[in-house]
Amino acid sequence: MSESATGADQVVPPRTTWLRLRPHVTGWMFALPFVVVFAVFLAIPIVASFVLSFTNFGIANIQDWFSADVIGIDNYTQLFDDEKFLKAARNTAVFVLFGVPLTIVLGLVAAVGVNQALGRVVALFRVGYYLPVVTSIVAIAVVWRYLLAPETGLINLALDVVGIPGPNWLGQRSTALGSIVALGVWRNLGFDMVIFLAALQGINPTLYEAARVDGANAWHIFRRITVPLLRPAILFLTVITTAGYLQLFEEPFVMTGGGPLDSTLSVSMYVYQQGFSFLNLGYASAVAYALFVAIIVLAAIQFRLLRSDDTA
Amino acid sequence: MTTLESPRQLPPIVPFDTRPASAFASRWWIYALLTVGLLAMMGPFLWMLLGSLKTQRELLQVPPTWLPENPTTANYTRLFDRLDFPRYFWNSTLIAVMITLSNLVFCSMMGYALAKLRFFGRDKLLLLVLGTMLIPGSVTLVPLFVLMSKLGLVDNIFAVILPAAAGPVGVFLMRQFMLSIPDELLEAGRVDGASEFFLFRKVVIPLSAPALAALAILTFLPAWNALLWPLVVLTSEENFTLPVALAIFARGQFAADYGLLMAGAVVLVVPVIVLFLLLQRHFIQSQAMSGIKG
Repeated sequence: MSESATGADQVVPPRTTWLRLRPHVTGWMFALPFVVVFAVFLAIPIVASFVLSFTNFGIANIQDWFSADVIGIDNYTQLFDDEKFLKAARNTAVFVLFGVPLTIVLGLVAAVGVNQALGRVVALFRVGYYLPVVTSIVAIAVVWRYLLAPETGLINLALDVVGIPGPNWLGQRSTALGSIVALGVWRNLGFDMVIFLAALQGINPTLYEAARVDGANAWHIFRRITVPLLRPAILFLTVITTAGYLQLFEEPFVMTGGGPLDSTLSVSMYVYQQGFSFLNLGYASAVAYALFVAIIVLAAIQFRLLRSDDTA
Repeated sequence: MTTLESPRQLPPIVPFDTRPASAFASRWWIYALLTVGLLAMMGPFLWMLLGSLKTQRELLQVPPTWLPENPTTANYTRLFDRLDFPRYFWNSTLIAVMITLSNLVFCSMMGYALAKLRFFGRDKLLLLVLGTMLIPGSVTLVPLFVLMSKLGLVDNIFAVILPAAAGPVGVFLMRQFMLSIPDELLEAGRVDGASEFFLFRKVVIPLSAPALAALAILTFLPAWNALLWPLVVLTSEENFTLPVALAIFARGQFAADYGLLMAGAVVLVVPVIVLFLLLQRHFIQSQAMSGIKG
């Protein structure tokens, strides 16, 4: 180390370089805490999962990661012969196909209704419809299982009064998945309602006035003014509701455990089963990636379809 | 991305409407429908509360009683005396509070860097963060577990806290909000010689209070309600959170003990409902701001 002032001048970078670097250092200092958490617990696991999906990684490899064998795309080809996976995929598709339109339509109906209401009750309706969205699925499952119980459940007792014998909703294959769809819709429609309410309140009321002056009835106004103006909200909700519903896990997990006879098994539940019950961690990763691809593809298709309607 | 931003702002709720009273009368059927809907949405919560105060015998009675005949707190006593619910409640609170605090710090710092600082790699970083927002949780489930076993954190509450300590949704929310803070304000501070950290603490954070409130709700809620990951990674009873404990009891020895389970559900839900009623506007706005479900 040189003690002389001239020597130090040569070691320390010129002042201008430091001035040039400083904003970058500051920026990264602000970014660093997030970047570390993001990298270690999200980005690296995402890549690791992709790598795992091409191996036969099992519980035996958990301490020595590199002892697993690379088996190429075998995990992915196996998906097409795996009847349990195909069943889970079909169940998930049914949940999305019925659940998404029902949630959006009922959310829209609720929003239009609440938007028409006057006075303080509006707040009550908003809170009430939104309550299931913020509630733990475990708590919801406890009360809904009691409501749907075959003999003592309130729903079947009500059906009894009108003379309809209520089924064992969650216990038989014909009604279990339908019950899960209904529960999903009940739980999520408040979210869609809130988004629609915000969009509805952004519509200029003079448009309605003008239409009414022109003699349009309520249905026409709804169909020709409200719905077209809500298109961005509809697109947004379709994409994120579909992405969310494709990841169906909690409802069947707590209500039925995937049964009876896998009739409510979802793809995400199958990832969990393969990973943590059968300990096929490599195969579980392949299932998860297949789901990821489905989510991206569907989101892209929805963007295309709903966007192009704008210009039509 | 424009569609993600569109439902950001909610107009204020108008407590008193100026429309004529006749409109109120002619729309009675809308109120009737909305009330039926409200009953369907809130009925289960009421049923849960009432059920938690009934005895097992009364719960299985046909026809059922509406109000508890002999209201009893026995179910709650069992939760707190015979089972370890105070412990689960503490675990849940600790985990949710730590996750919320770390998100507030990390996401606001990162949001500030992305919105207001210029540094090498910033735009790529932003794209990377946004790109992970659609990735399903089940993709990281397996590698996270492998990682936690390697780190020796399985059955440790930090295994629940760390992966949730910061998330892309929070960064996106903070960045979007901070973009609206005028640059001139920060430039003025810089000219006066204030450090970036000082500006962040004394100017940006106070101005970002609404976004921070939204972020706090948005991270507390899923942290409090989280089921899957804690269930995977917490194995011994003393580390259980409320949802994990309740889910395990509901499938195991207490599967038919409706009174106990509903009391547990009330304990799990009441803190959220209290927060929700206190911060109602913030809650709904936070969901609209992020555009992502909690």
